[in-house]
Amino acid sequence: MPDHNPQINANGKLTHLLSIDGLPREVLLQILDTASSFLGLADREVKKVPLLRGKSVFNLFFENSTRTRTTFEIAAKRLSADVINLDISRSSASKGESLLDTIDNLCAMHANMFVVRHAESGASYLIAEHLRQMEHDDIHVVNAGDGRHAHPTQALLDMYTIRHFKKDFAPLTVAIVGDILHSRVARSNIAALTVLGVKEIRIIGPKTLLLPELPRMNVRVYHDMREGLRDCDVVIMLRLQNERMNGALLPSAREYFKCYGLTPEKLALAKPDAIVMHPGPMNRGVEIDSFVADGPQAVILDQVTFGIAVRMAVMSILAGN
Amino acid sequence: MTASTPLPSPLPDAEAQCRALADLIRPSLTPDTALVGIFSGGAWIAERLAKMFNLPEETGMIDVSFYRDDFAEKGLHTQIRPTRMPFDVNGRRLILVDDVLYTGRTTRAALNELFDYGRPSAVELAVLADRGCRELPIAPTYCVWNLQLPDHSTGLTLCRREDQSLFWEVESYA
Repeated sequence: MPDHNPQINANGKLTHLLSIDGLPREVLLQILDTASSFLGLADREVKKVPLLRGKSVFNLFFENSTRTRTTFEIAAKRLSADVINLDISRSSASKGESLLDTIDNLCAMHANMFVVRHAESGASYLIAEHLRQMEHDDIHVVNAGDGRHAHPTQALLDMYTIRHFKKDFAPLTVAIVGDILHSRVARSNIAALTVLGVKEIRIIGPKTLLLPELPRMNVRVYHDMREGLRDCDVVIMLRLQNERMNGALLPSAREYFKCYGLTPEKLALAKPDAIVMHPGPMNRGVEIDSFVADGPQAVILDQVTFGIAVRMAVMSILAGN
Repeated sequence: MTASTPLPSPLPDAEAQCRALADLIRPSLTPDTALVGIFSGGAWIAERLAKMFNLPEETGMIDVSFYRDDFAEKGLHTQIRPTRMPFDVNGRRLILVDDVLYTGRTTRAALNELFDYGRPSAVELAVLADRGCRELPIAPTYCVWNLQLPDHSTGLTLCRREDQSLFWEVESYA
């Protein structure tokens, strides 16, 4: 842990969003509250506000993403920013340019904000630290997912979704199910749920896909999904991340679905008004049954809509600090 | 600095001023008039006016944080309330309600936000107090209390007690 929190500037304000770790409860709540003011924008004749007028937001996606990149782009455009999407696979990075050389070039093009998705954990920290050294204090970085490490805006939109449907965090039991080992979403969600103070966080998954550091976190671990889902208020399903798996961690997708796939029958063990969330993209028939994904308890598409408002909140708060 | 008028002591009764504002507005009310209050003081006054006028529909409430012109210097306000426009503004006569008219910048921000909801047929401005020191070409249509306060060193704020009654508070920053 560095002696300074790289997300906080000299005035104690949030200047980058890199991780949920180290963020106080008030900051998380400010983001959620601000997001709720942006939600109403979708019903207006002009779906834009002028907060980021004249600013340039660069979407730097070194790793594939549809939902996250699109919602960041919509969010930035609704804030009136100019958005530049860099298709990294076709850019100079594929010709050998280093990450920080790319950043320096974009700074020379007067970038105001970078939204970064990268397969390496810590990539957005590296960029933020580089900007500090180059004294670009007015350029902000949003981590849109780095390797297995963090995906803070996903966690924030998940918290927004939970608060929208459940109002209060304190009495809730939240289960996170599946491939915890490869999931930056799970890490960020555990951090956010801990700061916001839910009653209980349960982690459900096979031994091979759990985190070595789980015993140090304030969570209860279950290998039996039926036992873990009992009386839960919120079920967060994770995607089985085939692209990050090396070696045989699982016997087969079919076997996985049998043990850890969310079916209507297993969901019936949670509270009757439990909500089902998934960060997408879903593998139907692998971690979630179509009857659940399309059923009345699923709030998966609400998550997408709320994601735009939450990303608007994050970008406008950073840009103003 | 403009010459300032000494503040009356005690300060005027804000509740009585709300009734006086209603009396000023009443003769020009039309069937398509709708009220829009600016958070927080203007929203309180707009709610009172709507009750006194027996308006059938909900009052609009506007938070101008996303339209402020000092965002670059001050950043985003930490407590933003969602703007609520429960009616179609197109073709309506709107009365924008605020507690204090000062530089005119809040009114400018509110007008910009209103027009992102549509094209009202007219917009008027109703305030309890006009304290002078305008920085934009904006004037109230209805105003109860005209005074000249020195800029920046004095703050005039409408406050609300627990029993919902309104009162004025003056702060000196000198």
